[in-house]
Amino acid sequence: MKHPWYSSILPWVLPVLLVTSWQIFSQAGAISPRVLPSPLSVIESGIRLTKTGELPLHLAESFKRAASGLVIGGLLGFLFGLFNGLSDWARSLFDSSVQMIRNVPHLAMIPLVILWFGIGESAKLFLIVTGVFFPIYINTLHGIRSVDPRLIEMGRVYGLGPFELFQKIILPGALPSILVGLRYALGVMWLTLIVAETIASDNGIGFMTMNARDFLQTDVVLLGIMLYALLGKLADSLTRLLERWLLRWNPVYR
Amino acid sequence: MIALEESTPRTKTAIRQNPAVELEGVGKRFGAKAVLDGVNLEIVPGEMLAIVGRSGCGKSTLLRLMVGLESASEGSIRIGGAPLRGPNREARLMFQDAALLPWQTVLENVALAASRTPDRREEARQALQLVGLEERAKEWPAILSGGQRQRVALARALASKASVLLLDEPLGALDALTRLEMQKLIEEIWLREKFTAVLVTHDVEEAVALADRVLVMEDGRIIAEIRTNLSRPRNRSSVEFITLREKLLGWVMNGAKDGGGG
Repeated sequence: MKHPWYSSILPWVLPVLLVTSWQIFSQAGAISPRVLPSPLSVIESGIRLTKTGELPLHLAESFKRAASGLVIGGLLGFLFGLFNGLSDWARSLFDSSVQMIRNVPHLAMIPLVILWFGIGESAKLFLIVTGVFFPIYINTLHGIRSVDPRLIEMGRVYGLGPFELFQKIILPGALPSILVGLRYALGVMWLTLIVAETIASDNGIGFMTMNARDFLQTDVVLLGIMLYALLGKLADSLTRLLERWLLRWNPVYR
Repeated sequence: MIALEESTPRTKTAIRQNPAVELEGVGKRFGAKAVLDGVNLEIVPGEMLAIVGRSGCGKSTLLRLMVGLESASEGSIRIGGAPLRGPNREARLMFQDAALLPWQTVLENVALAASRTPDRREEARQALQLVGLEERAKEWPAILSGGQRQRVALARALASKASVLLLDEPLGALDALTRLEMQKLIEEIWLREKFTAVLVTHDVEEAVALADRVLVMEDGRIIAEIRTNLSRPRNRSSVEFITLREKLLGWVMNGAKDGGGG
């Protein structure tokens, strides 16, 4: 299917229109810079903070937090999903308990987490790990359970051993669902990161925005919010690319 | 079991050393329901046997038993004289849908069945050549037509060098023209490779066109056996062909009560 020429421009029309009119209204003095600074001044403060080295530092800290939480929580969720998806007794032992815990919003645990871990790095990590764990767990389990049983039967007829069966049929069959879980987990990861960094922190984007609020630097607050939007979009685009490459056999992803 | 014709000799010389498949008093129950009941069957090495019957008569279960996907509730299955336990390494089953792995290329799908040696890709390529799809080797199964997918599945079965090929309505989902092409292809390859073939189908004409011997099944039992000793390739409009087809159709339609006027 050939896309019309405007299909790659179309998604950008609304954001560009919005930012342009925002700049025009700010410049005309219709919006007070206290309430909403102009886009240009947000960019300016971004450049200023980059030059002082503050912004790269906060970005790096936030990224480190997000990534380590994602890796630990994602790996745990994947392994648990795998285990419960492949073994009937493990599923009946663990799954209903996991589903029960899943229904507690992980941010509701913040008071408890602070009591347990204090307000240090481990509390933030713990929150991100619990947030990321469930979407990956559920989608891995679901992916494995919904692999076409005829393909597994075919594998058995052709004498594949348990490892080959897993590597050639079960894992690739579950992959589309696992990737959906990953994309969902990324959303939860950003959300948790923002909340965790605004509670108590001395670095990271969340700290930067909370700090700027104390000094009434609306432009820096806005910069922080925009950074979250950009990082979220970036992570989502990367997962889409990963999807396109890993699922290139599937006509839906081409 | 009623043998209607006994004109061909019982044994046929096999070029390959194929094992005979023998079933003795085989029964299969799922819960209280008996799907197969006292099936006795001897499959001669190198023969093409067809099993026809209405859906639910137990013919697919019979194949699943022979390939070792299920075990018999009673009776015994012997492959080359040795009782079958677990998966049957001599036999390959071809399903109604091709059951190709969508995440592997056509060649990788075929190579899955080839021997575990460095030249498995070469073996797979040769098998693809047999079914005339070698130039599609690098493509994903998703873009192939239904007939092409079944040809890949056939190539996969051939690449495994199994001596017994079990075909579970492999052409059931194809359109009429593709069916005819596939029937011709299967016959050609079978004549060349001389494996033992068991074809389960509900298409009586397909059975007469391909098989040396046709069994009719009803309610888990074999109710009739017909030998088709027509010369190959078979002329579907010849009197002998039509007579056999009608006779078989009678058995399938009317069952054991009034055996098809035969």
